[in-house]
Amino acid sequence: MQQTWIVEEKMTESSFSAVPVSPNVWWVGARDWNVRNFHGYETNRGSSYNAFLVIDDKVTVIDAVKAPFMPEMLARISSVVDLQRVDYIISNHAEPDHSGGLPELIASTSPEKVFASGTGAKTLAAYYGLEGITPVKTGDSVSLGKGTVSFVDTKMLHWPDSMVSFYTRDNILFSQDAFGMHLAASPMWADECAPAILDYEARKYIANILNLQADRLISLLDAIPGLGLDIRIIAPDHGPLWRKDLDRIIGIYRSAAEQKPCKRALVAYSTMWHATEKLARALAEGLILSGIEVKICDLEVNDRSAVMTEVARSGLIAFGAPTMNNQMFPKMADALCYVKGLRPKNKIGFAFGSYGWSGEGGKQIAAELEAMGAEQPEPVFQVKYMPSQDDLLKLKDIGRKLGAALAARCE
Amino acid sequence: MKKYVCEVCGYVYDPAKGDPDNGIAPGTAFEDIPDTWSCPECGAGKDEFTAQD
Repeated sequence: MQQTWIVEEKMTESSFSAVPVSPNVWWVGARDWNVRNFHGYETNRGSSYNAFLVIDDKVTVIDAVKAPFMPEMLARISSVVDLQRVDYIISNHAEPDHSGGLPELIASTSPEKVFASGTGAKTLAAYYGLEGITPVKTGDSVSLGKGTVSFVDTKMLHWPDSMVSFYTRDNILFSQDAFGMHLAASPMWADECAPAILDYEARKYIANILNLQADRLISLLDAIPGLGLDIRIIAPDHGPLWRKDLDRIIGIYRSAAEQKPCKRALVAYSTMWHATEKLARALAEGLILSGIEVKICDLEVNDRSAVMTEVARSGLIAFGAPTMNNQMFPKMADALCYVKGLRPKNKIGFAFGSYGWSGEGGKQIAAELEAMGAEQPEPVFQVKYMPSQDDLLKLKDIGRKLGAALAARCE
Repeated sequence: MKKYVCEVCGYVYDPAKGDPDNGIAPGTAFEDIPDTWSCPECGAGKDEFTAQD
């Protein structure tokens, strides 16, 4: 890409340098290659904290990075411009993976102004004691000289403070967590990454971060064309940037948010002595025979964020667990607590399990499915101690019936 | 009866409509909602609401 730097690249001794995004914008973020647990979200492919430097009459930094990565970010900025040249900082989102380094960024650059949403200003004050932040809202814009940054409030997508910023000169939408995914990759652009990986990681991200606000997400996607922004680059705060086929990432986000029924089923279970596991396998056999694609997840080896990813991609969610101490098995309680909070929609549900004497587990699972609004055409299925061959055949038949019910929903 | 806005997420409580899904009958003034009630959109507490002008 032809660059028209208005500031000459400085020679620095740091090994970190800024990466050009567009004629006046540089990537100055950090890749977190080896993070595998992001507040309980299993990030198998790492993540990145994208931050940006806009070189205009007012030199502007957009977002920061997780605090431990600040030396890297400051070095990247310094490879282009002296830190003291920074005039403005825009904080699109106050969560610490983007704001953790903000106090250090402010201390290092002494900016004239820091912008955030009204709630963002309050949140940054609560987190870091930062005062004097200029609040902005939808419709507000700030001139950087040759270009302008306009702001769009995206309340609850995914925090109350969230907003996005659009830089007119290079037609970039700094979309904060929207259109992002947890993926550390050395290609900065999505069109240089494997499409199937992007699709999976984007859907995992939406399922685990945005699903509970799916309706707001759809409203925002509907509103984008009416904002009059000529968006040519989407630069999220996590994962690759988009410069080609923007409708692809927008389409993935829309289809994930819509949660239309699909002929895919998740069978998730916990087991102590393999009884519930046998039930899970028999159920899955019936579903597969009815033409449904099935994913079986043992909660012992599949973490809650992986399970939620499968919930989001499935039209039918079956959960099975033994009863332990008059409760559903604790790993199941963990998974269901998490899944329910993310408010999955349009699901067929099914609860099953095994027990020794009291049998509360299956009923508790059914109650959680009910609380999620999942339709349960078949009653909870529980066996005492170990399923008989007859039990397994019954469950296989239930699998067939549920598969048929799901297929009918998808027509 | 005044409408109240959730400062966290922007949800507007309209007393004419109430919040029947969460046991608040239509016609209930915001002041008469139990303190245990929370925003149906984001879960914020009653103290996060302010009266709409």
